[in-house]
Amino acid sequence: METIVHCRNLGKTYRQGDISVKALNGINFDIVKGEFVALAGPSGSGKTTLLNLIGGLDRPDAGEVVVNGRSFHDLSASQLAELRLNHIGFVFQAYNLIPVLSARENVEYVMLLQGVDAAERRERSRAILDEVGLENKYDRRPAELSGGQQQRVAVARAIVSNPSLVLADEPTANLDSKTGEGLLKIMREMNAKKEVTFIFSTHDKMVMDYARRLVVLQDGKIAS
Amino acid sequence: MDFTIAWRNIWRNPRRTAVILIAVVIGIWSMVFIGAFMRGIEVGMIENGISTLTGDLKIFSRGYRSDPTVENSIENPRQLRRALAAVLPDGAHSAFRVRVNAVANNARHSAGVTLVGIDPSAEAKVSFIGDAVTRGEYLSPKNERGILMGKALLDTFETEPGHKLIIMAQDTTGEMTAEAFRISGVFRAEMQATEKKFVFVNRSAAQRMLKMDHHVSEVSVLLPDHKGGKALVETLRRHPDIGDHLNVHHWRDLLPVTSAYLEMSSGFIFIWYLVIFIAMGFGLTNTTLMAVFERMREFGLLKALGMRPVRIIRQVLLESAIILGFGILGGNILGIASALVLKNTGIDLSGLAAGAEYAGISRVIFPELLPADILISNLVVFVLGALVSLYPASKAARFTPVQAMIHN
Repeated sequence: METIVHCRNLGKTYRQGDISVKALNGINFDIVKGEFVALAGPSGSGKTTLLNLIGGLDRPDAGEVVVNGRSFHDLSASQLAELRLNHIGFVFQAYNLIPVLSARENVEYVMLLQGVDAAERRERSRAILDEVGLENKYDRRPAELSGGQQQRVAVARAIVSNPSLVLADEPTANLDSKTGEGLLKIMREMNAKKEVTFIFSTHDKMVMDYARRLVVLQDGKIAS
Repeated sequence: MDFTIAWRNIWRNPRRTAVILIAVVIGIWSMVFIGAFMRGIEVGMIENGISTLTGDLKIFSRGYRSDPTVENSIENPRQLRRALAAVLPDGAHSAFRVRVNAVANNARHSAGVTLVGIDPSAEAKVSFIGDAVTRGEYLSPKNERGILMGKALLDTFETEPGHKLIIMAQDTTGEMTAEAFRISGVFRAEMQATEKKFVFVNRSAAQRMLKMDHHVSEVSVLLPDHKGGKALVETLRRHPDIGDHLNVHHWRDLLPVTSAYLEMSSGFIFIWYLVIFIAMGFGLTNTTLMAVFERMREFGLLKALGMRPVRIIRQVLLESAIILGFGILGGNILGIASALVLKNTGIDLSGLAAGAEYAGISRVIFPELLPADILISNLVVFVLGALVSLYPASKAARFTPVQAMIHN
């Protein structure tokens, strides 16, 4: 099985004035292609920090992150941006979508950044929105969509560029349980159909139950 | 889609966008209009100066400029006329004049004047006097006793057309001579000083009175569209019948105040543009900064998705460019329209007549639109506007996704 994410001895410290907070301390783990992994733990355990480091949104103070065989240590900010654009999809807890763009345009935007032509962008965005159950909502703006629908658009956007990895930071935190469950089902389907690796952070038990593998973090370390 | 996003982002806060748009429109409007107004002043000054007996160039005998008396006259005007006929371009006109300082008297008043002896038909093609007579008649060649005087002088002398005016001056023998003329016409000029200074008689009458034979004091030349004056001055100076014993001067040499103003005028206009822009620039920077800080999380999201910083800068600059573009368009329309409307009627500065006259500025200003001025004002606003937008744009590009995501 192909290893898609390799973290070795990861450490990250945040400084707030005179106080240093060690968010991560000596994290070692691997994720293989096609996995559906939940990073679980209480608030402050380092879930979001670990996700940010894997996604190249932040740089570790110690250790190394390797995604798709490329070590982030050697990459410039531009190269990291290019990696995120072409290989990593993101679903955040909130503020996922560009408010002035419709659902379809939000999904198309990543492909626009990749240089995909307009006709193909349109076709693929409609197809992926159909897959997540938003076939009648192409032209709705985020303000005209419910929270669950917005998150589904975010999932569609994360997947449409055919990334090898999708990182979701507490994607169901702002949703009711039924809507959250619906979102998780969609992500599981995408994982199964397209073999996209999902890593998401959560402290929601329902979400943990959906994961095939659970990595529990406590005080910046892997507890189990 | 970049343009679509930029356009929609601009209208997220319609009131804020409207305010900055109005600021840009007013800024460009004032730049275009005030620029046209100042150019109108320039054109008026040049026209006044040239038409008030200066012409595009003048020819005197050597010594006349420092001592404008009848002794320093052009003694062979026929030779000069032949030389000019060979050199002047088509459409150019010349006027040969007698011009001396004199004293005008009537029963009640006396005043120092400049007596100008003219060939009425030639003079009408060169200076203002041909169209300036508002009462009575213009001089005819046969009217050896007729004299034209300005309205301001007429009022000072408390006299009327048809009445006598005595002109006294020193003739070529060094003696004072006097002649009685009858006021045949009254002229109006742009400046009261002109009306008070000059009195016009037939050249032959002046030559006879001053015992000048066929000599003249000066020759004015008017060129088509006032073009080619400097080159012609050099040509005439090198002409063997002219350069050896006569002086040739371009009007800029003869009107130093006007020349100095014109040299400074373009600088004044540019400074005006900068002042307007500085005021506008603060508003534009502030508006763009506010828009950027409001969208901090969005910029973080875009960076997380893989958007490069240079593209974020481009996005913000595009939004500024759209606002600037529409503002410039609106400002140009208003500026050009208002200048064109007032070009017909003119802007009456009669209330400031005394001060304006001192500087040689016309009472009525007709705005003059120059394409170069409009282009420069547009470029100043657009380029500097883009530059001041760089600061907020670079701020947007510097947000790291993590910083932006935790910003609330």
